[in-house]
Amino acid sequence: MNIGLYLAISLVKIALALFVLLTAVAYTVWLERKVVGHMQNRWGPTRVGPFGLLQPLADGVKFLFKEDLTPPHVYTPLYIAAPIIAVVFALTSIAVIPIGNPVTIAGHLIPLQITDLNIGLLVVLGVTSLGVYGIALSGWSSNSKYSLLGGLRASAQMISYEIALGLSLVGILIMAGSFSLQDIVNAQAGTWFGFIPRWNIFQGQFFAFFIYLMAAYAETNRIPFDLPEAETELVAGYHTEYSAMKFAMFFMAEYANMITVACLATLLFFGGWHGPLFGPPILRAILPVVWFAAKIFAFLFLYIWVRGTLPRFRYDQLMAFGWKFLLPLAIANVIITALIVALKS
Amino acid sequence: MHLALFLIFGAICVAGAINLLVQSHPINGALSLVVVMASLAVEYLLLGAEFVAAVQVIVYAGAIMVLFVFVIMLLNAGVEEHTKGSRVALLFGVPGMIIGSVLIAWLLLTNSGTGAVAAGALPGAPRDLAQLLFHEFLLPFEVTSVLVLIAIMGAVVLASKPEPLPPPEEER
Repeated sequence: MNIGLYLAISLVKIALALFVLLTAVAYTVWLERKVVGHMQNRWGPTRVGPFGLLQPLADGVKFLFKEDLTPPHVYTPLYIAAPIIAVVFALTSIAVIPIGNPVTIAGHLIPLQITDLNIGLLVVLGVTSLGVYGIALSGWSSNSKYSLLGGLRASAQMISYEIALGLSLVGILIMAGSFSLQDIVNAQAGTWFGFIPRWNIFQGQFFAFFIYLMAAYAETNRIPFDLPEAETELVAGYHTEYSAMKFAMFFMAEYANMITVACLATLLFFGGWHGPLFGPPILRAILPVVWFAAKIFAFLFLYIWVRGTLPRFRYDQLMAFGWKFLLPLAIANVIITALIVALKS
Repeated sequence: MHLALFLIFGAICVAGAINLLVQSHPINGALSLVVVMASLAVEYLLLGAEFVAAVQVIVYAGAIMVLFVFVIMLLNAGVEEHTKGSRVALLFGVPGMIIGSVLIAWLLLTNSGTGAVAAGALPGAPRDLAQLLFHEFLLPFEVTSVLVLIAIMGAVVLASKPEPLPPPEEER
């Protein structure tokens, strides 16, 4: 296909992906408030629209109309740039996430992915590492002791758990032999005995999955690792001095990171969009996307369930857990996987 | 198209490096260095070394520079104070720099005998890199890892508190 058509298709895909991602972020907030509410034996949002479904709209309007206050002694260029950095890098990683089998529209084979880079997984890890700057710079530029401590704690936590996160994925890479997310998912197609799917979690990466999950919870600053933004500890951590839209941008960045983590977990450990296919061809084209969405929803529910249930780690417990427990376990996983793959071939 | 991208990102890289020198607040300098690292990663990508580009972003821009930024924040480094500039340095420094850079550019242009290399002509795939790193260059790899271990141990020793002296024994 020529460059013009490719560009047009890519722009449509980008617009669609951004729209879906931002709506998903808004409704993940709604889901969290409802689920945590029900876990705490109360209703959650119910007034705005049926089941409170228009609550994200009300929140968006509120954030737009709130007074955007810039405290007097902040370092203004970085104060304004930090939430922008956070949200830009949180939204960028959607570019390499595939959501289904390539579809054929009007004779052209279109992959359901904005770009299938052959280093796709590394791009996601790189973008996650760059997202730390948003938090570190916001903490420092706010010129407040709570923000500085929260920002430093959050960035130290994030760079510590990045290592365990990356190492837990090396087992998958050794088995798949490629960094491209399409290839990794395609290696998980098919079933054993007709009904047990060949997901990576069943192909021996069981412990790697749990290491990944714990490291990802720490990366996204969610309970039980959310000390940097705990209200009882540090007022609000690195986003104490932010109001209105800038705060909303940090909020969006956090939930977009959650969705990225959920996408990666399904792609790498749970077979991505593979699931039972049945019915007429139009249904067979849509079903992979439905399975993908269902698995993402399960992971988001797990995130919110853990948030409603567990207490948070103290900071020294958090760092000890990351360095002294998860990292050796991840290294052991790499060694064992490499040994088994080498002995098999 | 390739040349245009190379020139654009080369210009961003040089602009970031000059900004690093010109800025008076260290945090701006550190962030300019991040821009330099990121544009270098794009240059590696233009050469077809996509693994190296990704690792440059993850390790250099995403971990090492974060540590730089950490140190600047923890030490609360403020704006650099302006000392009186020296006129002699300006008189000899600026022409010296111009002559030096022209000399280096001339040397590089006359002695780069290989000419241009097409993108992807050199091995850059992770598989080839791993083959080189763990077969031909295994000894340097292991020696480098021992060096890093020594550096870590040195840092731990330098940062640790000295052991408390035993209490003086009572004379009986």
